Amino acid sequence: MDMFPPDRSQYPARKADGTLDIDLASGKYLKLWQGPNHPGITGNMSVELTVCGDEVVEGKTHVGYLHRGFEKLMERRSFIQVFPIVCRVCVPEPDFNEYCYAAAVEELAGIRSPERADWIRTLILEMGRINSYMMYLGGQAGALGLGVIAQWTTYARDLMLDRFEELTGARIYHMFILPGGVRDGLPDGFDQRMEETLREVERTLMDVFEVMFRNAVFKKRTVGVGVIDPAWLEPYGVTGPNARAAGVAKDVRRDQPYLVYSRLDFEPVIGHDSDIYTRADVRRRDVLVCVDLIRQMLARMPRSGPLMAEIPNVLHWKIPRGETYIRGECSRGEYGYYLVTDGSGTPRRINVRGPSYTHAVALLERMIVNVNISDVAALMVSLHTYPPEIER
Amino acid sequence: MRALYDRLKQLFPLGEPTWQRPDLAFVTVPAEFLRPALLHLRDREGYTHLVLLTAVDWIEDEQFQLTYLLSNRTQARDIGLRAMIPRDAATMASIHELWPTAATYQRELREMFGIDFPGSPRIEEDFILEGWNDIPPYRRDFDTLKYAEENYSQRPGRETHDPATHMKQQLHPDGR
Repeated sequence: MDMFPPDRSQYPARKADGTLDIDLASGKYLKLWQGPNHPGITGNMSVELTVCGDEVVEGKTHVGYLHRGFEKLMERRSFIQVFPIVCRVCVPEPDFNEYCYAAAVEELAGIRSPERADWIRTLILEMGRINSYMMYLGGQAGALGLGVIAQWTTYARDLMLDRFEELTGARIYHMFILPGGVRDGLPDGFDQRMEETLREVERTLMDVFEVMFRNAVFKKRTVGVGVIDPAWLEPYGVTGPNARAAGVAKDVRRDQPYLVYSRLDFEPVIGHDSDIYTRADVRRRDVLVCVDLIRQMLARMPRSGPLMAEIPNVLHWKIPRGETYIRGECSRGEYGYYLVTDGSGTPRRINVRGPSYTHAVALLERMIVNVNISDVAALMVSLHTYPPEIER
Repeated sequence: MRALYDRLKQLFPLGEPTWQRPDLAFVTVPAEFLRPALLHLRDREGYTHLVLLTAVDWIEDEQFQLTYLLSNRTQARDIGLRAMIPRDAATMASIHELWPTAATYQRELREMFGIDFPGSPRIEEDFILEGWNDIPPYRRDFDTLKYAEENYSQRPGRETHDPATHMKQQLHPDGR
């Protein structure tokens, strides 16, 4: 960052073990806690900042404010009892938990979900992706003082929640994608109402583009700031839009197509500058891809056929010993479930791999050094992290 | 995947593989060969993405299974390396130098399973739990129900039902 003076004499020296030698008593440095309750933080986490003047010299991510021990709770429950828990791991985009868990159980139990259910699953995942991006765009603008954007995107998200409500009966936690298939088909008139919602999403996005992406203040504070070096992608496990903004087209939907993605026509959105602006723009353009995918699906999905495969009596369901990993591309990157079974009626182990696990801890702690305090919030939001994925 | 397994087998003493899917296999590696095997996969075979690192508690065998899942995006394939370590001496070599992000996984595993990774950055610091003084909670012998009953009070008037008995009663109220 060229805004800082070239004189680095105030900067702390490194000790033999590689950590910084920060002497708080010297008066050169100050500890600042951003979070856990702070307008510039992404959810229930905090960042312990050590600053020198207005420059961050060290940042440590702290999580645990929302630890609910889901992975342990799941080990005590039957496979069907786990199903209503999984969606609660991630509030803004819960459907990926349902899909990954259902697909993992189906694979180990030797069940194949019906084709019609796969189309509806894909539709739900794309609807959820739009919602998640809408929340992100509002948060990204809000982190830089553009409060009105969040109101517009919340409006568009609310319309999509209406579609979720009529399809699944719930707005946030849908509990719709269960092992074996989905609960129900599309209601009458859904296509038309979804088309109206998609048009509103597009219109909102045009407004967001004019007011946010062409805003001089937004550009000045995001272009060239918070750059992820493409060389960090593999060491730091960077996936999703954070990787695509760095010019690497990492997208599970394309790399290892699941559900019906191999039959849909789309290209992953990529950017090249890898800064906050590019990451926001990649997500904005990805919303348009989601809109297009939903239109393709509604035009092509089968309207009749089974929605559920035959599954055993769920109260006595035992799955043979085995292990598997199922991944999907959520709005933040690679989401996955590692499921281990031991032949009993409960999972032996479930591990949730959320993209925020790597983005909000190791990557953020690396990126936050040398950043101005006032840019920390925008940088953190630009990684699009949800702390519940880290602590589950 | 079989060609990859054959190549690895020439270098490391591998256990029997599990061919889970055409693009996913799991293989057991002796704990002392795990780090070189990971290094080989990363640098020679293109498995550059550490998807996850987690543990499974096989308490009846008195072992922990550590699973290192690696992905090769170009070939769209994944391989999970399993390393078994004894529960009573749960220590494993750190791989934070291979993937900096592994330090986070290792901190969590130390806290939740009590598996130590000497030399891993900030391994001593609390990650999720704060001031925890019981056995590591993700071990199988930690009883969440007992812990909750001992530490939290029950809401008065609450009833619990065994799901199987409850459903039987709902579906066959006459007991047939």
